[in-house]
This record gives sequence, structure tokens and C-alpha cells, in this order.
Amino acid sequence: MAIIIATVVVAVIGLLIGVGLVYTGKKFYVEVDERIPQVRECLPGNNCGACGFAGCDAVAEAIVKGEAPANACPVNNAANNAKIAELSGAEAGESIRKVAFVKCAGDCHATSNKVNYVGIDDCRAAVMAGISIWECDYGCLGYGSCVKACQYGAIRVVDGVAIVDRKKCVGCGMCAKACPKGLVELIPENKEVAVRCSNKDRGPETKKVCTAGCIGCKLCTKQCESDAITVENNVAHIDYEKCIGCGKCADKCPAQIIHRL
Amino acid sequence: MSKNTFRGGVHPFEGKELAKDAPLTPYLPKGDLVFLLNQHIGKPAQAVVKKGDHVLAGQVIGEADGFVSANIISSVSGTVKDVRKCKTVLGTSAMGIIVENDGQYTLAEGIGVETDPATLSNQDIVNRVKAAGIVGMGGAGFPTHVKLMPKNPEAIEYVIANGAECEPYITCDDQLMRSNAAEIVKGVEIMLRLFPNAQGMVLIEENKPEAIAAMKAACQGTAVTVKEVKTKYPQGGERSIISVVTGRHLKLGVLPADLGCIVDNVTTIRSIYRAVVFNEPLMERNFTVSGEGTANPSNFNVRIGTMMEELLEAAGGFKEGTDPEKLICGGPMMGFPLANLQVPVCKNNNALTVLAKDPVAEAQKQMTACLRCGRCNHVCPEGLTPQQMAVAAERKNYDRYENKLYGLECIACGSCTFICPAKRPLMQLFKQTKAEIMAAKRKG
Repeated sequence: MAIIIATVVVAVIGLLIGVGLVYTGKKFYVEVDERIPQVRECLPGNNCGACGFAGCDAVAEAIVKGEAPANACPVNNAANNAKIAELSGAEAGESIRKVAFVKCAGDCHATSNKVNYVGIDDCRAAVMAGISIWECDYGCLGYGSCVKACQYGAIRVVDGVAIVDRKKCVGCGMCAKACPKGLVELIPENKEVAVRCSNKDRGPETKKVCTAGCIGCKLCTKQCESDAITVENNVAHIDYEKCIGCGKCADKCPAQIIHRL
Repeated sequence: MSKNTFRGGVHPFEGKELAKDAPLTPYLPKGDLVFLLNQHIGKPAQAVVKKGDHVLAGQVIGEADGFVSANIISSVSGTVKDVRKCKTVLGTSAMGIIVENDGQYTLAEGIGVETDPATLSNQDIVNRVKAAGIVGMGGAGFPTHVKLMPKNPEAIEYVIANGAECEPYITCDDQLMRSNAAEIVKGVEIMLRLFPNAQGMVLIEENKPEAIAAMKAACQGTAVTVKEVKTKYPQGGERSIISVVTGRHLKLGVLPADLGCIVDNVTTIRSIYRAVVFNEPLMERNFTVSGEGTANPSNFNVRIGTMMEELLEAAGGFKEGTDPEKLICGGPMMGFPLANLQVPVCKNNNALTVLAKDPVAEAQKQMTACLRCGRCNHVCPEGLTPQQMAVAAERKNYDRYENKLYGLECIACGSCTFICPAKRPLMQLFKQTKAEIMAAKRKG
């Protein structure tokens, strides 16, 4: 007898709760734009934060509401951006994938350690210590703040200089934010040349501290047909808006500071 | 807790016997001098000379730019070689004026004329200090004229001359107190004129008996007293001193003047005396070159702007048979490591320490995980919890670091790192975290 009472009581409670749930579900239903989950589907879903929003869900909502462009996600590829544009009705815009690039080639073969740094294994902490660890004051420190910042495992330190794996890099730019020396630049994937030095000293001084340094000879500016290269502060700089990626500068650069990627 | 000390603190190896009895000897620079324009906290001064100009010793070559700023004074006569970016002790670059020394030391007009301070008004005193470009010479480099103008001068209860000198190896303040005790006392008396309700005091650690005796003798018959305090690091910190003298605790956003205190280093006070009575701008300071790696540990009276390299040479260079591992501007606890010696002595640099062995590098090799022994909590003079702070800092939990653990109150004295049996680089972590929080705040 007891078992029957128990079964009935549980069944009745279950029924009541069920009815309650169905009622509240209908009554307090929140209208969600059905496009938001669809847009969300087209986003990478790493929640890396490169777009400036609090993760992929937030940026999907912003895109649908028209607060962000269809290509707000810097990591997304063109096909997905086109799909998002279709869904949200916004302009797809031009989306060229960007990849990170470390503007320093001064590894332990090209330059050398000036002091023996001991302390926290982090570039930011090393910079705070206030000493120039390498002979060159501008180059990569090699303590890997960028490596820790990268969620995609696309950057690693080889012989004291960070190197980006162009295949794995999604261009979120987190490494650029982490680098205390400001050495990481995001460059369009289709322009396959880059200046691999940031030393702002004059040529002879640069030569003294690193064999892989830009001496500001301006040979590259003479080669460039689209006026994309300027030499500012004794280091060449490529304007990727103008660059056509022909690579003539890289061929002429006497110290091979301008690289073909 | 006895009355003459503060809570927490550590007892590092003192190393003072090396240069303790080396008298302050004047050192005249041989090479070019560099006068950095940011030798103080606040806005860098503006250069008022250009390449090729002839300057005299005591001439203003950089003018204070704004309220919290200080004049830069040439300490030698000669020709301006260049005005360009120069290396600082922090490893960064800053604008500096390079002067070629003509070896004449021709003084600018009006310097060295003795005036009776009684004939000067209070405003005159502050103006003279301001014109002399005096800043806190104990290390911080805070413009002194700003300190002398608190909102309510009547509320100041103590004028404290800081002769604690708690950093290991440094002995230049000790020597200054032994040789120039009378000038320091007169300097305190000049300051007391500005603060009618204040009591003058010279605070010295017990490990300097000669300095205590000299200061006590000089204080005879004046309103200034000498307070002996226990030898403990960081006794020379402004917060520790205020805590010892008044029992009050300085916190972030509160100025010493708000707690009724004006604290100045003995060197600064002597410069105030020279500036007010002799109208002599800040051209010289006392400076220690010491450490196991130096041949003859010495104390110098150096011209500001002298290259550190020259001073090391004057102290006999590196000791024979040693291969010094570390050069520090300042003392080993709070000093800055130097990558080269081509940097000038600034108003707030008090020592060059040459360590034969680098104990930090040794310790780093033995680093283990935190033992949670809590020794860092015991020694923190600010009463913080470094162990918890380190956890929050490593997890980048800046909200907890700042608002729950009050990590911004850290004075970066390094006591926690010193005592840590697991050899963890705590102070570096806190310095970095503090900088990152401040940077985020500036961004908004």
C-alpha cells in the first residue's frame, strides 16, 4: 500500500511541476532573434576577444543588431564573413586575413646578451627591470609574453626571437598587445614582404650591436614602384595600403632585412 | 614592540664597514658631464641652453616646467656640447644636456654670498629652495619646494631629517652627518621657521654611533633633537619613519603633510641650508662607491652630472682578483641594476654598489613553489599579505590585488623577496603588477 501512495505523490508532484514549467515557459518567453545563433555558428568560437567584444556570443549579437560590421571578427575567413553578411543583411566588406609578424631577426646568432637577467620569465617583467638585456635596445627579448598570449599556439621563441607560424596564426593581435617592445605588426596575408627589424639607431650603431639590423640605406625605397616604403627613424617601413607585394625590395636589401615570407 | 621601530622589516647583511670610515672627499670630474632633464618626479625641465653656449657653474640650464618640477643646474663651467637623448640609470633614454668641463669651475654671479636667514621672509626661503633646484636626495627625487608648501603649515607637528640610511653598503649620509652636522641642524632650523608648531628631529639608526654623537653635539642648545632608532630595513622609508615618530600610518593618496610630518633626507636638508644661506644651487651631492667588487670603497662629494664610470675609477676600479657580477645604482635592496656605467649621477642617486657575487642569480636557481610559510606577511612593513598578492598577481586577478589585498600600497622595499625561503621574485612581480594596473587606470 505504502508504495502506491509514494508513487502517486511523486507522480502528482511531477505533474504539477511539469504544468508549472510549461506555463512559465510560455508566459515568460524571451524573443531571441533567430539570426543570432546562426551568425554565432559562422564565428570561430574561441572567445579570444580580438574583436573587442566579450567573446563570440557578444559579437554575434552586435552584428545582428547592426552595431558591428559583418567582418567584425578579425579571425574569420572571407567565406564565413560572406555568410554572416547574408544573414545579417550588412555589407560584407573586404576581408583580407591578417597575420602577425615579429619585426626582429636579432636572435642569439645575430646579436648577443649584454647582461645576465635573472627574474620572472616574462618580457614585461624584464622590461620593468630597467636594463637592456640584449646589445640591441629595440629587439625581441625572447621571454615569450607573446607565446603566453597566443591561444592558437602560433607563436614560439626560437634562439631568443619570437617567430610566428603563418599557417596557425589567425590574426587576433593578442601577441601585439602583449609585446612590451611593440614588435608585432599585423600584416595582410597576401603581401608577402616585411621588414624584420625595429632598431631606430643610426646605421653604424645598429651594425655594432646586431648583424641582422636595418641600417636605413634606403635602397629599398628606390626599388619600390608603388612608393610604399619609407625610412623613418633609420628603419624601413612598408605601407601595406600601397604595397603590391612584388618583393623587389626584398631582392635588393643588402642585409636581407626585408624578408619574403 | 619597542617604541623606536616599526612593524615588520628585515635585517639584511649590512656591508657598511667597507666604506664606513672613508671620509667624504671632493671629486672633480675629468670628462664631459650629462645633466638629465628629468632628475625629479614630475614634469621634465625645459632646456634653456643650446649647443655651443657657454655656461657657468651654478647657472640654470633647465627651467622647471610646471609646479611639480625642478630647475636643472650646471655643476661646472664649460661649453654645451649637445642637447640630446642620453641613457639614464633606469636603462631608458631621456633628454640631457652634455657639458664639456673647462676645469675652471667659474661660479655664476651671486653664489656664495652669505645672507642671514633671519632677514629672509618665509616666501624668500621657499623661492631660494625652488631656484636651487633641490629635490628629495634620498632616492625619490620629489621637488622639495612643493614639500615646503603644504596647505596648512600650522598643522605640521614634526620636521624630520632622515639619516636612517638603511640600505646596505651605503654610507654617504653617515659621513655627511659626521662632517657637516652643524649645517644639517641649521637646515632643520630654517625649515622650522616655515612651520611654527613643528618640532625638529634627526632620525638615525643605531648602527651609526659616530654620526649620532656628532649630531647630538651639534644639536646642543637648539630646538632639534636626535632620535635613535633600531637598525632595521626599511627604516629609511618615509612611511616607516612617520610610523616610528608618530605612530600614524601613511596610506595611498595621503601626503606626509596630512599626517603632520615633513620628512627630508639629511642631504636634502644640508642643500636647503646651502641654498638659503649661501644662495648656492644644488651642484654637489654625497655619493658612495662600495661593495665587495670595489678596490677602495669610498665616499665622494661629487658634482651632479659626473659619469659613474669616472667615480668607479676614482674608487680604484674593480678589486683585483674579482670578476664583479653585478653593478647597482643605489643599494642592493632597492637600487637599479646597471648594464653600463656611461650614465650620469643624478640628484637622487646616492651610491654605486659593485657586487662581486650576485646573490639574486644564485637564489634564482633554488626557486621552488611557494611554501605558504607566511614569513613575507610578517616582514611586510606595510602589513600587506605578499603571499596572497603573488597568487592574485600571477592569475592576473587585478581586482582582488587592488581592492581586496591593497596591493597598490606596496612600497617595493623587497623585504618579502629577501626573506622568502622559496626564493620567489615577489617584489618584481608586484612592481610589474602595479605598473600594469596603473597603466590600465591611465587608459581609463
